[in-house]
Amino acid sequence: MSETGQLFWILMSAMVINNFTLSYFLGLCPFFGVSGRVDTAFRLGLANIFVMVITSLCASVLNIFILPHAPYLRLISFIVVIASTVQFVEMVIRKLSPALFRALGIFLPLITTNCAILALALFQTNRGYGVVEGVVFAVGAGAGLLLALVLMAGLRVEADLSDIPKTAKGTAMNLLIAGILSLAFMGFAGLFSGSA
Amino acid sequence: MQEPGQAYAEFVKGLWKENPVFVAVLGMCPTLAVTNSAVNALAMSAATFFVLVGSSFLISLLRNVIPRQVRISSYIIVIATFVTVADFTLEALAPDVHRELGAFIALIVVNCIILGRQEAFASKNRLLPSLADAAGMGLGFGLALFALGSLREILGNGSFFGISLFGPHFEPWVIMILPPGGFLMLGALLLVFGVVKQKRLEASRERERKAA
Repeated sequence: MSETGQLFWILMSAMVINNFTLSYFLGLCPFFGVSGRVDTAFRLGLANIFVMVITSLCASVLNIFILPHAPYLRLISFIVVIASTVQFVEMVIRKLSPALFRALGIFLPLITTNCAILALALFQTNRGYGVVEGVVFAVGAGAGLLLALVLMAGLRVEADLSDIPKTAKGTAMNLLIAGILSLAFMGFAGLFSGSA
Repeated sequence: MQEPGQAYAEFVKGLWKENPVFVAVLGMCPTLAVTNSAVNALAMSAATFFVLVGSSFLISLLRNVIPRQVRISSYIIVIATFVTVADFTLEALAPDVHRELGAFIALIVVNCIILGRQEAFASKNRLLPSLADAAGMGLGFGLALFALGSLREILGNGSFFGISLFGPHFEPWVIMILPPGGFLMLGALLLVFGVVKQKRLEASRERERKAA
């Protein structure tokens, strides 16, 4: 397969086929916590893409320069470096573009300690992605989270308006909705079976 | 309150009354991701239990040393150290299980149950209650994981710990060991608990009304 085809496959695979939330169960806290309204979910998803790209770049740098010498520091260095870089970028954005900061800023600390972010760095390392592949993977995974969040928020708004038994309201109902959504996403599994 | 009694209370509350999975709904990512078989659920529970008790032990001892301003980062570094130990140990002892669990052992670092217990309990309490609290929460988490893992393996694969239960004519309910089954099974369990709780509440109200 050609270079671009490979990148496209990574993008689509991370976005829909192996969707982080619906097939790896990553980032479930925001998935259930912040999916009450569609516009909030959308902005959280955008912030997620942003953090994921930064994460991927950090992980690439660490993988190239530091971790070959000290593999046992992998987890600690990922967490510390990602958290501090996101904080730094947050400060830069606040100075340069207050409007953007108001739209995304409140979500950034929430996302940084999210399991989807750490998992992105780990998956990227395990699969041996380079810098470009890593960024494409991050964009795909982030877009997948955005998709899942917005779909979930839309469904939950509908569920709030309909007549559900009192005992089922809340977490149980959300889990069942997520299950059906995950079932629907499994349909994408056949998308690339011929070319992979 | 005397120490042993309090420690016992802290231990028991994590098992059922404040169960981290069924009641507090924390730590969802590992709960759903690795419970496609009973063995995986057990390995994950054991690793989480080790990390939780280990970091509670250390943080409870260090609680007067760690400055308040940097406490969260200190907790994360302590937790990450224990997770690295657990990760390498499991890789050495049971490479098959380690391969199956993949990155999820490393992801124990961001399990909110662990950081939550450090922040809410170990950083404020003496060693013995902290250990009891961590052990209770760890066991409660393991209990929930094991229940989910067993149910999903029995329904989705017709086996328990890899031993076939129903013979060759059983048609497995494959969806249960695939990702959607995790959401559906936990949702169904929470639904059952909700109904039971509701029934109990109504029964106790009925009794009060009769007494009055």
